[in-house]
Amino acid sequence: MGANSVSSSEPETLYIQHFNEESRPLAFYLQKMGGYAAAKKAFAMTPDSIIEEVKKANLRGRGGAGFPTGMKWSFIPKQSPKPKYLVCNADESEPGTFKDRDIMRYTPHVLIEGMIIGAYAFGANNGYIYIRGEYVREAKLLNEAIDEAYKAGYLGKNILGSGFNFDLTVHRGAGAYICGEETGLLNSLEGKRGEPRVKPPFPAISGAFGGPTAVNNVETLAAVPHIINRGGEWFSKLGKIEKSGGTRLFCVSGHVKKPGLYEFNAGSVTLRELIYDHCHGILGDKKLKAVIPGGSSAPVLTADEIDVVLDIEPLMKIGSMLGSCGIMVVSEDTCVVQLLARITKFYAHESCGQCTPCREGCKWMEDVIERIEHGHGREQDLALLLDIADNINGKTLCALGDAAAGPVMSFVKKFRADFEAHIRGGKCPNA
Amino acid sequence: MAKKILSQKFYDEMSKLEPRYPTKVALLLPALHAAQDETGWLPPEVLEEVAEYIGIHPAQVREVASFYTMYNLKPVGKYHLKVCTNVACSLRGAEGLVAHCEKKLDIKCGETTKDRKFTLHEEECLGACGTAPAMMLNNDYHENLDVQALDRLLDSLAK
Repeated sequence: MGANSVSSSEPETLYIQHFNEESRPLAFYLQKMGGYAAAKKAFAMTPDSIIEEVKKANLRGRGGAGFPTGMKWSFIPKQSPKPKYLVCNADESEPGTFKDRDIMRYTPHVLIEGMIIGAYAFGANNGYIYIRGEYVREAKLLNEAIDEAYKAGYLGKNILGSGFNFDLTVHRGAGAYICGEETGLLNSLEGKRGEPRVKPPFPAISGAFGGPTAVNNVETLAAVPHIINRGGEWFSKLGKIEKSGGTRLFCVSGHVKKPGLYEFNAGSVTLRELIYDHCHGILGDKKLKAVIPGGSSAPVLTADEIDVVLDIEPLMKIGSMLGSCGIMVVSEDTCVVQLLARITKFYAHESCGQCTPCREGCKWMEDVIERIEHGHGREQDLALLLDIADNINGKTLCALGDAAAGPVMSFVKKFRADFEAHIRGGKCPNA
Repeated sequence: MAKKILSQKFYDEMSKLEPRYPTKVALLLPALHAAQDETGWLPPEVLEEVAEYIGIHPAQVREVASFYTMYNLKPVGKYHLKVCTNVACSLRGAEGLVAHCEKKLDIKCGETTKDRKFTLHEEECLGACGTAPAMMLNNDYHENLDVQALDRLLDSLAK
């Protein structure tokens, strides 16, 4: 169901129905959305039973990796000499993704309540929302909501008489894609360059300021109040596919008639249905050329591959990924070589430079693709590209290397004729 | 150290934030943001003042500041235009917006107009892909742009 079409046989949407300016104030959250009832309920539960409920919910991380949230929290040691931290990843830096922005600007209290419950579940007294620097307005709105929550006693000392203390701080990034990677993010939070760390140790053992830390995406944390209010089993059953509970927010952009955010029960919609039924098809009724289904790091799909169900395993099975649900739709008259050049330029720009394969390889791939795009490509360039990509893939500290290699390998494999036409013809055949 | 450039407001804001972090270095990103809000960009004197406040070497401040694209280590104009040209915005005509800015302002990307009024940059994904093409003007988003809307915006700023 899209923003305007809630069918009566299905549960209401968890997120989208509240995406408007009037939902933002605490008063609305308390009166119309049952606000902070879940926190009250959680304080009457044992921390372990909260984690069990989240496990039962089959809530998987919405930032891109899809890791089960309950399991992530269960990795945090119960006893720790160092303080524990809950960090919300609100960097939303994966190109094509714009869902967390709406959660933060329209329903900030859902996120705050989710963080209170999560922090209580594994014993963190400090939380940070690491928000991308460009979201200046969203950071301001979050700070206003946090002030409201402090004043009403939902944050700070002895929350709702529970004896639990939790301080929450908004921390702005400053323009670096790599800070969406959780250990790059943690370094950035600590006042350093956002370079990813060597793992292990994983953040659950040594994260922010050396303490056990869970890093969770905005949409993930915003699901938690629903799970506590209505039960893990209820949430799990919203998912129409094994292992994925709840609903998912899909960010659709590019050449569709109706781009924007859509929310569906996990595993209940195919890419074709999303594009043609919900987004009203391709701009100008042109033919579909390609879809990037999970943010620009996801391997590209051709027009013949869109009957796939939009969830983690089905996309993995066909060699791509759901990632952060940033779906970019590309119509027939787009030059895919130019498109890949743009994607690769991004990764070359955003490589933090720590790992040689990524630092050197991304720039090299960018140069080769640009040369092909401008008609100066050589016969051996496609083999060269695949070789460089292969030498980056899986050989770097973080996933940025894979994210850069995946598009190159998939574009060259699936649209080889387009690349060859550029090389043979000495120019773009569409130009 | 020379006379302070940053205002009391900056120091008050930092004192308020300090108890939120277990280390003082964690204040570096917020401090650089707050400093840039006051001075428009981060000249060496400001980086030194931030370093002194935090208690680290100025080189460490520069090392961090230079990692992030939002910190202006060179002066920028009164109006800083950052046009997203990443995939989703490109598919919706972002290159045309950049070309229009370059022509109308008679500068290339990365440059500032002679009257110091406008600086133009291409930006990576702003996270506004559903309302592409998008750009930032200083701290504000402008979305669903086309050349006409951009033109009106530039005209209103030029006045």
